[in-house]
Amino acid sequence: MDLFQLTIHEATHLLRQRAIRALDLTQAVLARIRATDLALQSYLTVCVDEAEAQAALADQQLRTPDSAPPLCGIPIAIKDVILTKGVRSTAGSRMLADFVPPYDAAVIQRLKEAGAIIIGKVNCDEFAMGSSNENSAFAPTRNPWDVNRVPGGSSGGSAAAVAAHQALASLGTDTGGSIRLPAAFCGVTGMKPTYGRVSRYGVVAYASSLDQVGPVTKDVRDCALLLQTIAGHDPKDSTSVNLPVPDYQATLTRGVRGLRIGIPKEYFVEGMQPEVESAVRESIAALTALGAEAVPISLPHTAYAVATYYIIATAEASSNLARYDGVRYGYRAPQSDGLNSMYERSRADGFGAEVKRRILLGTYVLSAGYYDAYYLKAQKVRTLIRQDFLHALHSCDLIATPVAPTTAFALGDKVTDPLTMYLSDIFTIAVNLAGLPGISIPCGFDTQGLPIGLQLIGKPFDEATLLRTAYSYEQQTTWHTRKPPL
Amino acid sequence: MPLVTQEEVQRVARLARLTLTTQEAEAMTEHFTKVLTYVETLNTLPTDTIAPFTHAVTGPTPLRADRVTNAPDENLLRTAPATDATFFKVPKIIE
Repeated sequence: MDLFQLTIHEATHLLRQRAIRALDLTQAVLARIRATDLALQSYLTVCVDEAEAQAALADQQLRTPDSAPPLCGIPIAIKDVILTKGVRSTAGSRMLADFVPPYDAAVIQRLKEAGAIIIGKVNCDEFAMGSSNENSAFAPTRNPWDVNRVPGGSSGGSAAAVAAHQALASLGTDTGGSIRLPAAFCGVTGMKPTYGRVSRYGVVAYASSLDQVGPVTKDVRDCALLLQTIAGHDPKDSTSVNLPVPDYQATLTRGVRGLRIGIPKEYFVEGMQPEVESAVRESIAALTALGAEAVPISLPHTAYAVATYYIIATAEASSNLARYDGVRYGYRAPQSDGLNSMYERSRADGFGAEVKRRILLGTYVLSAGYYDAYYLKAQKVRTLIRQDFLHALHSCDLIATPVAPTTAFALGDKVTDPLTMYLSDIFTIAVNLAGLPGISIPCGFDTQGLPIGLQLIGKPFDEATLLRTAYSYEQQTTWHTRKPPL
Repeated sequence: MPLVTQEEVQRVARLARLTLTTQEAEAMTEHFTKVLTYVETLNTLPTDTIAPFTHAVTGPTPLRADRVTNAPDENLLRTAPATDATFFKVPKIIE
C-alpha cells in the first residue's frame, strides 16, 4: 500500500510501531500532491520545507512512542480561511493573495501541539462563500471522481485533497454546508460541530453566528480523532462554550441499538435525484437492521431555511468584510484619489463577484427602512427553524437526511444563476441556523460513479452520538474505502 | 415583485464602499430582484409573537479584565500595504 493512502489511525499505529517513518509519510503525500494537483488544483500553498522539517522532528519524538503527541507525524491540509503563522492565508481571495498571518488560529495551535504536520493550504470559495469552489479567485478545484465536476464548496479543496489522498485529513469550515456538501460530493467524511464546540479564533470570519471549523477525513474514526484535537473551550472566542469534551473514540463502538433516528418528511422531496433518495433510505434501513429505530418526524419550516440564511449570512458578511479596507492588511489599489476612493477601489478590485453580491445584499437588508422587513423577519424565522429541530429531537436521538438533492454537478452548470447555486445547500443550511452538529458520510454511488452522502444531525453538543452512529454504519459498508480513478 | 432600481443598488454600493461598473450594477440589480423575490416567501409566515433569534448558545456574556496581555507586535505592521515608522499610512484625508 502507498503510504499516502493511510488513514490517521492506521498511520499513527504504524508510526508508533516504527514500521514507517514520518518523513517517508510526508514525502509520499508531497509526491502525491505533485502527481495529482495539476488536475485537481486542491492546493493554494504546499509547505514542502516546513513539512519535511516537522516530519524529521516527529521521527525524533517517535523514538519514544509513549511520550509522542497523539497526531505526531500526521500530514494535514488546512482550508485557506484558517490562519497559519508565517504561511500565506488567502481565504481564496485576491484581497488576501499576499497575506502572511502573524499568528496561528486556535485550531492550528492545537494541531501543532498534537504533533500534526501542516502539509499545505487548500483551495476554497472566496471567503468561504459558495457551494462549488468556482468562486475561488485562483482556480476552481476539481472533483477527484470526475474532473469535469465540482468538488462542492466552500471547503472543496479540503474534500478533494482527502478524497485524492493528497493529505491524510483536512480542516474545513462550515457556514451553510461548506464541510458537509463537499464531503458528500467527494465521498469522504465531514463534520460541522455544534456552534460553540470549536474555537474560531484566527479563522477569517464570514457569518459569525453560523461559522464553525470541522474535520474532513477518510473515515469516521479519523473524524473522531481530529474533532478530539480541535474541540474545547477557548477564551479567545467568546462564543466557544466551556463544556467538557467527551472521549469520542471511547464511545465509537457502542453500536446503535435502541437509538431513535428521526426521518423528516420535508427532506425527501420531489426533484431529488432518485439514486440519492434510494441510497439514503437504504442506509437508514441498514441502521435499523443494526437495532436503531426509524421514527417519522416533521421539520415544518424547512422550506424557509435558504431564504432565512441568505438574509442573515449576507448581513453578517457585510459587517465582517468591512475590515478589508486596504489599510491594515490585504490589497490596496495603487491609484486612488483620497481615502474614500482608496477604500472603494481596493474593495472593487480585491473582491470577486459573489463576495460583492453578498456584501451588497447584506448592506441592503441592514439599511434604514429595510431592517425590519428582512433582517428582523429572518431572525424570527430562524427561531422557528431552531424550535423545529429542538422539538423533533425530543422524540428522537438524532436525525437522518440526504446531504444534497443531487450528486456533484458539472463545472459551469450553476455559475450563471447564483440562486440555483444557493439551493444546493437546501438540506444543510438549517443545521447551521439551528446551531446543531451535523456529519456527512458516504452512503453509496450513483450510476455515473459519483459519491452520495448521508447526513446525520444531532442534539447540541452531542457529536458523540453522530460519530457512533456513523461508525456503526461505516463498519457495515465499503463506500469509504473506494478510491477515485486518479 | 420587489422593485429594485439601479440607483438603489448604487446607493447600497456607496454605503458598502464598493464601486460598481455599469455592467456590474445591472447584473446586481437583476440579482437583487431575484433574491428579494425569493425571500418574500418568509412573509407568508406569521411571526408577530415570535422572538428574534439572538444566540445559538445562551448564557452570560463572558467577560475578562481589561488588561493588556500581549506586547505590541511589529509583525502586525508588516502585513500593511503602507506604513511609516509605527503607523499605518493612508491617503491624505484633510485637504
